[in-house]
Amino acid sequence: MGEVLITSALDGLLIGVIYGLAAMGLTLIFGVMDVINLAHGPLIAVGMFGVYLLFTFLGINPFVALLIMAVIGLLLGFFIYFVAVNRVIDAPPLSSLLSTFSVNMMIIGVGTALLTTSSYNVEYSLGSFEFGFFRVPGARLMAALAALVVTGLLYLFMYRTRPGKYIRAVADNRASAELMGIPSTRILALAFGIGVMLAVVAGGLIATILPINILAGGSFELKSFVIVVLGGLGNPLGALFGGLILGLIEGLVPVVMKTTWVPVIEYALFVLILLVRPQGLMGAKK
Amino acid sequence: MKRLRFPGLWITLILVIGVGIIPAINGSASLRESMFTILMSVALASSLNIILGYTGYVSFGHIVFFGVGGYLGFYVISQHGWNILPAMLVGGLSAAILAFLLGATVLRLRGAYFALATIGINEAMRALVINIPILGGPVGMEMHFSEYKKYGGPMQALWMVYWSVLIVTVLTIVVSYYVKKSKFGLGLMAIREDEDAAEVMGVVAPRAKTWAYVLSAIFPGIIGVLFFFKNGNIEPGDAFRLQFSIELIVMVMLGGAGTVLGPVIGSGIYQQLRKVLLTSPIFKNIQLAVAGFLLLLIILFIPSGAVGWLRSKSVKLRRVLE
Amino acid sequence: MILQVQHVTKRFGGLTAVNDVTFDLPKGQILGLIGPNGAGKTTLFNCINGVYSPTEGKIIFNGKDITGSPTYKAAALGLSRTHQIVRPLNELSVEQNVVVGACYGREKLGLRKATAVADEIMEFVGIRERADQLASSLNVAQKKRLEMARALAARPYLLLLDEVLAGLNTAEVSSMLDTIRNIRERGVTIIMIEHIMHAVMSLSDRIIVLNYGELIAAGTPDEVSQNPEVIEAYLGDPGLAAQLLEEERA
Repeated sequence: MGEVLITSALDGLLIGVIYGLAAMGLTLIFGVMDVINLAHGPLIAVGMFGVYLLFTFLGINPFVALLIMAVIGLLLGFFIYFVAVNRVIDAPPLSSLLSTFSVNMMIIGVGTALLTTSSYNVEYSLGSFEFGFFRVPGARLMAALAALVVTGLLYLFMYRTRPGKYIRAVADNRASAELMGIPSTRILALAFGIGVMLAVVAGGLIATILPINILAGGSFELKSFVIVVLGGLGNPLGALFGGLILGLIEGLVPVVMKTTWVPVIEYALFVLILLVRPQGLMGAKK
Repeated sequence: MKRLRFPGLWITLILVIGVGIIPAINGSASLRESMFTILMSVALASSLNIILGYTGYVSFGHIVFFGVGGYLGFYVISQHGWNILPAMLVGGLSAAILAFLLGATVLRLRGAYFALATIGINEAMRALVINIPILGGPVGMEMHFSEYKKYGGPMQALWMVYWSVLIVTVLTIVVSYYVKKSKFGLGLMAIREDEDAAEVMGVVAPRAKTWAYVLSAIFPGIIGVLFFFKNGNIEPGDAFRLQFSIELIVMVMLGGAGTVLGPVIGSGIYQQLRKVLLTSPIFKNIQLAVAGFLLLLIILFIPSGAVGWLRSKSVKLRRVLE
Repeated sequence: MILQVQHVTKRFGGLTAVNDVTFDLPKGQILGLIGPNGAGKTTLFNCINGVYSPTEGKIIFNGKDITGSPTYKAAALGLSRTHQIVRPLNELSVEQNVVVGACYGREKLGLRKATAVADEIMEFVGIRERADQLASSLNVAQKKRLEMARALAARPYLLLLDEVLAGLNTAEVSSMLDTIRNIRERGVTIIMIEHIMHAVMSLSDRIIVLNYGELIAAGTPDEVSQNPEVIEAYLGDPGLAAQLLEEERA
């Protein structure tokens, strides 16, 4: 029993790191501009298929493909921001919800037409590692490590660089940041771009460990909502924490209950936290 | 000539009933099916409009009431052989009770938090149903053929369901109109504009919001019973489809949130457009993308929707369009 | 006494915005509430009508303890207010704004009666000809009048006016002053927060002064304006303050 528990918990934590990364982009965008990006799931799918196509047809190593996709994700984010978000940034929340959802529809529409909804696999294996009784597939370990590295880089960027500090200033108070001479539109676009980049990178990592399809981003989007609320809306480090909790739930609950109860517990917890502690377990953005 | 007393209501009703009886005139089953989809959307979007358009609370999980009502109604018909009428009552009532219980809690949340909570509730409900064996678990339930015989066979049953949905739709529109024109509706709109200021003026916001939510939940509950009875089976994925919930918001926005006619026009346009795109050889595969593109154009350039836009064009139109 | 404020304190974290304030207000008076910026005047209003629940102390309105009860309860009992920063219901017409006040105020009128009341009140405060416009299309002075109309349509016993004169030009100020006098004529008790000294001095029966959340003086306008502590609170330099006050009065 002890071994099963530990193995399940470690499994859960490994996938939880990636969940956390997937949610980080969503929470960053919300924290900076109060926009819930409903295109988040399809953008995760873009990352999945970007890595898949680069690997399968050009033979590029998935982790190199990930870097390429990161750049593409950033540019895609700028594009989406200026086309769909910039005009509605100060409108009531419904407008930005719907404009990002329209982006969702466009990506899924084109994606379904090109790729259908069938399942694909990135045929990439790194063998597996053993730590005592705990056996872990290499790809899974690499993906979790990569997710941690990306999180670390995000933090360095946000706290050690000028654009990062600008983003935090705009998140804190857009009006006064503008008074200080910070070009808010460009900073918002940058934040949106980074948010999308994070989603794309997370998708790329997921593609290295799980089968993918064009709709698969959707379930990660839903998980991201849960994670973001667990960790505090707008708090990127909280997202990592929320991801770990979600991973633990998914790892441990099946030990004692049927797997089908996992989402019930997740979503009930989600609604409960919204009600009793809407700032999240780790506190919302400062 | 005496001026019509409620032009906004009559225009909407004549439109819906006029279009609604066309399938009966030519007796076409395929036309009836597509009209069923449109009428159902009109009722769902109009009811959503009460909480979304009048009260200003963006519910992403409105479909949860359709699902819960549909499930319980389907259960009493298929497992206990109830007639459809009391089953519709069960559907509407269960949705209303759920909304009442939720209203007391989640309606405290504002803006994005409320929107997220409604998604969570819908997903929790879907996951919960999968774990309830008497509701069929993950595979859902089937309607036995004999249930349709009670209405004179499947053909008659389908027509009966069609007329029922038309009646429920008309009822939804009448309720939506009277809410908008009532003191209660004025309080809701005050909440939409500025909840705190509304409370300072004496609007008891928690109570008003809860009733608005209950009212907006009843009709999806009833419609759910009709839809799944016609459908012949029910499963969690169909009953709690988040995508449909968001499509309903799109319909409301297309026509104009907060107007009576808006959701009617919006649902009609949206469903027609979907049908055209789905049957077009060019757009068939990317119909979703085209619909998304149109949605984006509307949000960016006519955010008040078709009816909102028309209303802003002339005082005369404002008088007749509600 | 229509209103009794007893030892009311409001703290936000470590900050004490209102500190142990006590005063009574008899029916029919106009009470001026003055003090430097940040003295806690609006916070005190918010405690009185229930936007905030006071950390300590009691609010008694018409003999009822309304401490910490929600704003809509206060409204139902006949306590209305305006906001310093106007809060029109933007997408509703001016008339609808006022009808909300009448429908949900003290008398809880039905729509038809409320519309009649709203018509009368709009006439009274001078925004009748704007009735069909959207509230968002009004200018600042008109929005201030709309705030007042909404509050009056509730037929309150007590009206809290939060800087209704700020941002108005001289002509608008004097017409607003007439309006406030007329409201009092109708038997409504008023507390007004105001920065324009000559206005508050000429209108008020009594004045109370807040500084750093504490009530530092209370009395007739003359008494208060000669109180050295008040003068110092306002300007830091009693000599200059006295001189300015003389000029204001001249």
